[in-house]
Amino acid sequence: MGVCRRTAFKSPASCRKIVKVEPSFKPVADHAVLVTFADTISAEAHETVLALDKALSVNPIKGVIETVPALVNILVSFDPIVTDHVQVQSGVKDLLKALVVQKQSGAARRVQVCYDPPFAPDLDVVAQATGLSSDAVINAHLSGEYDVLMYGFAPGYAYLSGVLASIQVPRKPTPVRDVAAGSVIIAGPQCLVTTLNMPTGWSIIGRSPTKVLTGDPDAPFFFDVGDRVTFQRIDRSTFDQAQKDAAHG
Amino acid sequence: MADAVFSVSFAGPLVTFQDAGRLGHMRFGVAASGPMDRLAFDGAHAALGNGAGQTAIEVSLGGLVMECTSGAVTLAITGGDFGVEHAGRKTKSPTILTIEKGERLAIRAGQSGSWAYLAFAGQVRLHDWLGSQSTHSTSGFGGGALQAGQVVTIKDAVTRQDREGEIPLADFNSDGAIRVVMGPQDQHFGSQVLDRFVSDPFKVTDAYDRMGMRLNGPSFKPDGALSIPSEPIVRGSVQVSGDGVPTVLLADHQTTGGYPKIATVISCDTDRLAQMRAGQIVRFVSVTAQDAVDATRLYQAEKSEYLDAISVARGTLEQRLMRENLIQGAIED
Repeated sequence: MGVCRRTAFKSPASCRKIVKVEPSFKPVADHAVLVTFADTISAEAHETVLALDKALSVNPIKGVIETVPALVNILVSFDPIVTDHVQVQSGVKDLLKALVVQKQSGAARRVQVCYDPPFAPDLDVVAQATGLSSDAVINAHLSGEYDVLMYGFAPGYAYLSGVLASIQVPRKPTPVRDVAAGSVIIAGPQCLVTTLNMPTGWSIIGRSPTKVLTGDPDAPFFFDVGDRVTFQRIDRSTFDQAQKDAAHG
Repeated sequence: MADAVFSVSFAGPLVTFQDAGRLGHMRFGVAASGPMDRLAFDGAHAALGNGAGQTAIEVSLGGLVMECTSGAVTLAITGGDFGVEHAGRKTKSPTILTIEKGERLAIRAGQSGSWAYLAFAGQVRLHDWLGSQSTHSTSGFGGGALQAGQVVTIKDAVTRQDREGEIPLADFNSDGAIRVVMGPQDQHFGSQVLDRFVSDPFKVTDAYDRMGMRLNGPSFKPDGALSIPSEPIVRGSVQVSGDGVPTVLLADHQTTGGYPKIATVISCDTDRLAQMRAGQIVRFVSVTAQDAVDATRLYQAEKSEYLDAISVARGTLEQRLMRENLIQGAIED
């Protein structure tokens, strides 16, 4: 797993060794180092972030408490009683020397969505803005393949990239309050399944019974960063049944 | 051992259950939460002889009033300068007292400080989330915010008369400018702006909760566009929004964000920053990363010495006399 072996018969096309760009290292207070691979979002920078994240979990650096992968950088947080920025940075540099960057190494996840009213208040607005029919918006959303880029904002808010260009719409000028947990929302290339009743300026195009916060102590989050996600359309009665099952499960 | 039971008569906003925090889930969007003032929280438990990190109640400026409806328990109140009214007697934090069935306890904001801690000689009976009872205020996950009418049960409650009375205050790291390490996105600001960040005073505004503290002062408009990729945030990150206003993110911070972070408050100075109130003046001073590590190591050493010192039961008069005799007889403890 995760190791590329050269054989006489097959060149491992899916395995690439990057670290063309030297990352920048920035200290964060007394307890973390931010390792940044690019100034702007790129697939390559994000794949490198995920590869380093994995390397740090397989070969932990002494004193490192947790890592937080984001779009172009990763936070490596440590106990300042045990180690310091210099030692952590040198440990990360050692890992980068042998880093193997693989594309799409995460698990495949399927998320159910009901696009029926009243769960999709912005479906018609998105249709109008993109010149498509509501069904075409739904089909475009369903045909996308999404990557879990990172979590942020609030517990379980997993940012998915991969919204097709044909249905990309900007954020609303002002957020809408009290958007229900489980809402499937889009803005630009990003999509998210909400976990809390919260305000959002993104467009609400459906509701999912799939719980990102699973309630399972052994696997409390449905996605890992790096997972690939597809959406599956369900009707209202399937949604209601799934909600009922989740409540009793 | 018996339970002690309380009925909440009044709880201000943001009065929540907190333990040492929910560590290790930042990658899933979950901040550690836990007490805003970790020194005061640890002090309350040490002074009671409790294990570190047990669940306590964090009391905001809104205050808390509870009545003991069953049993009895010794409790500690630490943190800012808060007034304490117990069974009609007025005292103030930090203090330890014992409450019994039928008695009322009121904790109200006094002259200074934003947060107080109420810890019990016993275990708070609560649900947890991801292995912690700390309340994440925006989601309500964890132990939760206290509400009027709520019943709070303390398991295995004990009374410890030998620990009652005032708790000595910590006398280290209690004043001076708040230390920061500049960055990690200081490159988005001009050098004059960076200089002003550590020379100009800021005022704490009332836009202050467990997520963060908005500051009022000179504007810190970053150079150029603000659309930087979302990056990880920590407790202490000083984020500058599009209008140039800095906000220090605290216990319930969001875990990533797209605003540049001009500086980061070092971990041993976040507690005293969190105790500041709206209207108070904050000054920042820049230190190197290595100085920040050294400062934290010194702070942790001073902190454990302080916690050790206050964790010794003072004893009843009789016990104190006994101890004197035993010490003279060269028998340890």
